[in-house]
Amino acid sequence: MSGLRILVPIKRVIDYAVKPRVNRAQTAVETANVKHSMNPFDELSIEEAVRLRERKVPVSEIVAFSAGPPKSQDILRTAMAMGADRGIHVVVEDKDPQLEPLGVAKLLKKVVDEQKSNLVILGKQSIDDDAAQTGQMLAGLLNWPQATQASKVQVEGETVTVTKEVDGGVETVRAKLPMIITTDLRLNEPRYASLPNIMKAKKKPLEKKTLKDYELDAAPRLKTIKVTEPPPRKGGVKVEDVDGMISKLKELGAL
Amino acid sequence: MEISGFTQEQLDVREAVSKICSKYPDEYWMEHDNSGEYPHDLHKDLAKDGWIGIALPEDLGGAGLGISEATMMLHTIAESGAGIAGAQSIHANVYATQPVAKFATPEQRRHMLPDLISGKTRTCFAVTEPNTGLETLKLRTFAKRDGDSYLISGQKIWISSAQVATKMVLLARTTALEDVKKPSEGLSLFFIDIDKAAPGIELKRIKKMGGRAIDANEVFFDNFRIPADTLIGKESQGFKIVLYGMNAERCLLAGEALGIGYAALKRATDYARERNIFGRPIGQNQGIQHPLASAYMHLEAAKLATYHAAKLYDNSGIDSSITQHAVGIACNSAKYLAAEAAFTACERAVLTHGGMGYAQEYHVERYLREVFVPRIAPVSREMIMNYIGEKALGLPRSY
Ligand SMILES: Cc1cc2nc3c(=O)[nH]c(=O)nc-3n(C[C@H](O)[C@H](O)[C@H](O)COP(=O)(O)OP(=O)(O)OC[C@H]3O[C@@H](n4cnc5c(N)ncnc54)[C@H](O)[C@@H]3O)c2cc1C
Repeated sequence: MSGLRILVPIKRVIDYAVKPRVNRAQTAVETANVKHSMNPFDELSIEEAVRLRERKVPVSEIVAFSAGPPKSQDILRTAMAMGADRGIHVVVEDKDPQLEPLGVAKLLKKVVDEQKSNLVILGKQSIDDDAAQTGQMLAGLLNWPQATQASKVQVEGETVTVTKEVDGGVETVRAKLPMIITTDLRLNEPRYASLPNIMKAKKKPLEKKTLKDYELDAAPRLKTIKVTEPPPRKGGVKVEDVDGMISKLKELGAL
Repeated sequence: MEISGFTQEQLDVREAVSKICSKYPDEYWMEHDNSGEYPHDLHKDLAKDGWIGIALPEDLGGAGLGISEATMMLHTIAESGAGIAGAQSIHANVYATQPVAKFATPEQRRHMLPDLISGKTRTCFAVTEPNTGLETLKLRTFAKRDGDSYLISGQKIWISSAQVATKMVLLARTTALEDVKKPSEGLSLFFIDIDKAAPGIELKRIKKMGGRAIDANEVFFDNFRIPADTLIGKESQGFKIVLYGMNAERCLLAGEALGIGYAALKRATDYARERNIFGRPIGQNQGIQHPLASAYMHLEAAKLATYHAAKLYDNSGIDSSITQHAVGIACNSAKYLAAEAAFTACERAVLTHGGMGYAQEYHVERYLREVFVPRIAPVSREMIMNYIGEKALGLPRSY
């Protein structure tokens, strides 16, 4: 084997620290003039790919990929500053129909074929829609094994061992390449891009493409009816002691 | 702050530096201000990722960017809640090294700068003297040639970070004031080691109003011996050389002022939005809202002046139509405007908080104490007025 050809799909989302607000028409979350960053789970994916290489696992290439508005190139540069070798940007303007998880998975399948990737590391979900579907759908379309919610990844030759976070503990699975991994929070701690690497990233190749280049029919299949904010939480009440709490719970029908 | 209009480089710097700073929240700076303990961690983290060399040449390990980007770095540091204290733990390494990088011999640069860029060494900047203050050209600290050395005697004051730095950029006199033809001659610039255990140097820490984690010192030299090859550029040309660092310093200080001003304004507006008195948010009263709106506009205007000055500074090397005269006026104006805008923002932030503005826990009192520094140093408001009156308006020199 000549080495891993890793594809890391990443998404530009509203920064995790921003409190999202629903737009006035109640059709979507307001994105104008809001700070955006790389989906935090995708930072974990890039970091893991770079760490595989640093651990001397043979890695021939790490390609960062993003489909999104022109500004998505910022996060691709960040990915390259963290250590990805090059980037592919499929420009999807905000005014264009937006991709759904299945559309992204279909697109990624074409990218995997084109790039001859044999390992795809994705975030387990992106924090905007929280769909948590893309990795699984991609595995289905490619008919590859998948290990979701990884907290540890080991590669030996063609064999990949992944520790997954599951309810109540961890599960260890093993598969042969090619495969799909989705990342979870405990996998690693993403690095900050150093200044020299930020400078180097500006010179790394970033290919710009369109959905047409991939001949993809990504017409939306879902229609958003309405987006609303969760109802504000009502203030609690204070009780004097344990007895008071029990009688309050009874009163509320919780006991 | 409105960020459209910045270059991609500046935005990248802002993004990356604010990530590093997010490890050091306001509480970190409050605790260090209380304990007086030096905040070494931020310098270490920034050095590790290559940030100290942001505006130093690539062949020495720097990034080769300009003061436009370095200003954004210090601005971002201050805005993170680190304030002027956090910025002071870094800034001399950025601006005081500019003249060294430009005027030192290749041999000196190789010897002096890579360790500083990697964070192994740190420098302080020693110009101010107790008896001559802003009249820099009258400074008295004397460097007397003695074979392969100079012997330094005299006194400096307000030297920041001298306790933790092992290097010093020093401006001293090599020709007595009585013997120079022009007052701007006779001064020389040195980049020296300061081994505090060596004979002839003594430091005394000054207790101060704010930024208490960053030591400021009186430094006493008594025949302190330094090697002659620490002289940067030619003897007697020190003032011209150091000006190169001083204009950079004005830009960085302006950026730092903007940072702390925007941080204060953010705290003020957050509080004004959430604090309900008389049945509505205090920020719904124009008496609260308008002063903050005005503070915002002044910060934005000062921001434009600051990044304009930094751009002139950077481009003056490649564009001969930009004179040093223009650079000096722009850098001084920017420092003045940013410091005043920031002061207003900090003062209003305290007042917006009412009693809580006086409590450490809301951090704006710390900002207010620190924001006096860019108003006073490295050059006072009055001296900038003097300078602009003379240089920009052509009025008779008043000082
Ligand atoms: C926290 C802090 C850190 C500092 N760090 C450093 C450092 O690292 N290195 C360093 O070299 N210095 C440092 N300084 C020193 C700083 O640059 C000086 O304090 C500043 O330049 C003012 O000089 P002075 O204190 O001697 O004031 P003075 O020169 O004594 O002036 C006192 C006042 O008189 C006014 N004044 C004087 N002459 C005139 C005139 N002709 N017209 C109108 N007004 C006039 C001034 O504007 C000022 O308001 C620091 C200062 C502070 C407060």
